[in-house]
Amino acid sequence: MEYYDSKDLKRFNEVGKFSEDLMKKFFDYYNAAVGEDGALTKREKALIALAVSHVKRCPYCIDSYTTQCLESGADPEQMTEAIHVAASLEAGITLIHGIQMHNSLERNGAL
Amino acid sequence: MSQVTVPRPREISQDRVDEAKYNFNKILSEKNIDLPPQNIETLQINITKLCNQTCLHCHVDASPKRKEQMDLESVDRCLEILTSNQSIKNLDLTGGAPELNPHFDYLVKEATKLDKHVMVRHNLTVTIDGNPVTGETKEYLPEFYADNRVEVISSLPYYQEYFTDKQRGKGVFEKSIESILLLNEQGFGKQGTGLELNFVYNPVGAFLPASQESLEADFRRELHKKYAIEFNNLFVITNLPINRFKQQLKRLGAYDEYMEKLVNAFNPSAAQGVMCRSLISVSHDGKIYDCDFNQMLEMDVIIDHEPMTIFNFDYEKLVNRRIMFGSHCFGCTAGSGSSCGGATA
Repeated sequence: MEYYDSKDLKRFNEVGKFSEDLMKKFFDYYNAAVGEDGALTKREKALIALAVSHVKRCPYCIDSYTTQCLESGADPEQMTEAIHVAASLEAGITLIHGIQMHNSLERNGAL
Repeated sequence: MSQVTVPRPREISQDRVDEAKYNFNKILSEKNIDLPPQNIETLQINITKLCNQTCLHCHVDASPKRKEQMDLESVDRCLEILTSNQSIKNLDLTGGAPELNPHFDYLVKEATKLDKHVMVRHNLTVTIDGNPVTGETKEYLPEFYADNRVEVISSLPYYQEYFTDKQRGKGVFEKSIESILLLNEQGFGKQGTGLELNFVYNPVGAFLPASQESLEADFRRELHKKYAIEFNNLFVITNLPINRFKQQLKRLGAYDEYMEKLVNAFNPSAAQGVMCRSLISVSHDGKIYDCDFNQMLEMDVIIDHEPMTIFNFDYEKLVNRRIMFGSHCFGCTAGSGSSCGGATA
């Protein structure tokens, strides 16, 4: 069996096979949240989604939101900055846990 | 990159398969849409395939190696057609770089005298590069355009270097900016001058364009901020899957995905506004086509078993013809639509 076949993205709605109503609710929510201009433009939403796709390491989403970014007028420079935002947040999130480590060190009498 | 695209037998049979798979006429019939010609308002002439650039997506396959030129007899015949058909208000000159036809200046001046609105698909860099064959300078163009009050329509794929040079060749962005500033100096794109400077955006790859409104706002803000450039409108065009761009899609294995995207985005109101309903396209050798894309695909307009040309031109027969559609027409009807004047819906 192959994992992460790019053709599988087109089969997304098959996930609704045993729970059509819940899947419809999900797609309605998803399309309203991501696919329409709101307080944020579709381009801003696509850049956020691209960053999240990298953090969550989803190849389907990376493919999809790379195209979405281009089709909403973003350029590779902006897209690269978006994934640096994601990467720096991930680094920061890792590092802030250092305080938890310090707290543990303290409890162990090592700090 | 090849300079002239000659389809091989295998490609021709594949083209037939593609046409059957993405059948534009079938969609029109299923949706009960009829697209008859309207009054002909624009005579678009492809007067040369010679160009100083070799762009990645050029549907004409234009390049410095092409030799096709409209001759003086045909230019004069086009002027006669403009004179005797008052409904044709616009002359739209394209190529190649149309300025590289030796009779270009004459045609523009004479059409202006006839009080026709003259539009030129100007690639910007020809002003800087000159004629790639003879070395003749084209530096006079901005002043010539201002004197003849020509509407200048110029491809500028992006407001940054990366996408522009990727599509149109290394160094094109820098030269384009230099050329635009010369047009601005003449008053083009500036309020109150009446001298129109419009840009054309098309995506650099296998994706659909963003909305014309949002891209125009980006272009205006960024080009003004970085270069103090002014312009009137941005026309957003979808890449039509023919010639060089179709070959690129096939190479990338992205042709079917792109076509499916176009078919899924079919918009009936964009279809109503397709440019072939109010325009005819003339090739350098005087043949008449429904549009510049049909011209490149050699889809001749046949009336009474004869190809219609500028020499047997018959306005009434032309407005009563059936426009010929193909799979590439999905490019003009996707989303907000696409035409030589940008979005149609």
